[in-house]
Amino acid sequence: MTWAVAVRVLTQLRRDPRTVALLLVVPCLLISLLWWMFEDSLGDPFDRVGPALIAMFPFTVMFLVTSVTTLRERSSGTLERLLAMPMGKLDFLLGYAVAFGVVAAVQSLLAVTVSVGLLGLDVEGPVWLLCVVAIADAVLGSALGLFVSAFARTEFQAVQFLPAVVFPQILLCGLFVPRDSLPTVLHAASDVLPLSYAVDAMNHLTRDADTGTVWLDVLVVAAFALAALALGAATLRRRTP
Amino acid sequence: MVNNLVEVRGLTVVRDRPVLDGLDVTIGSGVTGLLGPSGCGKSTLLRAIVGVQQVQGGTVTVLGQRAGSAGLRSRIGYVTQEPSVYDDLTVVENLRFFARVLGCADAEVDAAIDAVDLGSHADARVGRLSGGQRSRASLAVALLGAPDLLVLDEPTVGLDPVLRRDLWMLFHRLADEGAAVLVSSHVMDEAERCDQLLLMREGAILAHDTPEAIKRQAGTADVESAFLALVEDAS
Repeated sequence: MTWAVAVRVLTQLRRDPRTVALLLVVPCLLISLLWWMFEDSLGDPFDRVGPALIAMFPFTVMFLVTSVTTLRERSSGTLERLLAMPMGKLDFLLGYAVAFGVVAAVQSLLAVTVSVGLLGLDVEGPVWLLCVVAIADAVLGSALGLFVSAFARTEFQAVQFLPAVVFPQILLCGLFVPRDSLPTVLHAASDVLPLSYAVDAMNHLTRDADTGTVWLDVLVVAAFALAALALGAATLRRRTP
Repeated sequence: MVNNLVEVRGLTVVRDRPVLDGLDVTIGSGVTGLLGPSGCGKSTLLRAIVGVQQVQGGTVTVLGQRAGSAGLRSRIGYVTQEPSVYDDLTVVENLRFFARVLGCADAEVDAAIDAVDLGSHADARVGRLSGGQRSRASLAVALLGAPDLLVLDEPTVGLDPVLRRDLWMLFHRLADEGAAVLVSSHVMDEAERCDQLLLMREGAILAHDTPEAIKRQAGTADVESAFLALVEDAS
């Protein structure tokens, strides 16, 4: 049944080529834009921000797409219909996670290809592991999007969760100020935000060939994603007021 | 005729104000029409029977089980008032998806599409269909898996009279094949097409009988006048 949901979501997405194009192309364009800025004006090597960007864009975009899509499912009545049928809550959420995981994988592959292939991002560790981190991170974005969609009544509200849930993670993930230089309180805050671990893993991969801590970071990101999915399942109610 | 496929006892639903307050009703086989003005609590009662409504009191028993229990989920076909199908999928794709969820064969998909007469639009995207066609696509989903109870919330609203007649014939055919069909409507002239009628107003059942018996008792020629007479008697 997970599979049926995943295939359906992907079929729906295929009907909307504009969204697919935006999903895949926009992160690559933005990464290229930042590369241009950093290389040209600051002389600052792209290597400092590149890894964080590969983690940030898929995370943000997948969060947004997933929260709006699932909200639409709630408001159109199809969710109520599915939950009146023999549909497991976890099957439903995993179906979404698998579908958006596939999209996230394609998106991450593109972002990594552009960063490493075209923009000359130096990666010491294996490039495929960079993709694994990016995918785990994008799935995390999806899982959080699924979860917050439970608290939004309109698509307008769902979009407002982006600055509320995603922006703090971007500000504290080490993109602007390295995490080690953050004030103690903010450092502690960044320790409990999942995006920090994805960015740590990316940074580590670009600087060091040793992969031990990277897997640990991936594990943390995956654990956050699973927890968000479990919380999301808890917000799906078969009976509503 | 089986008389208690659905048993509602003391059903109470409060949403800001009491919508249903200690409602008792039993529903049997055949085609039962639930008629009443908009906002009288029809949808809430139907949702409670399907088991998707949060209730504040009372019991609802469907086919011998508590409403909403897992064993009932594949035995009830439910159509909400708004068509709940995916706009960006075709009719066939919608039906195939729901068939997979219900675990029924793909052959049933074609039968359900034919039953609501959407064969010529099977490959059209639901979002591009007219309102009536979309609600028929939604109805087709409810027919999948040959449910024992069909709960249809205003399935004939806004439809062409010819189509409406065909759908009522379909409801009776399904009832003849053994399914209990519960149809709501706010249009009183649909009353004549039902085996049993439930007249509802402001969260209470005014009358529950055959259309003929209701008209005879009220001494009126049509159900609408009977409804008016019942309201005046009650006040």
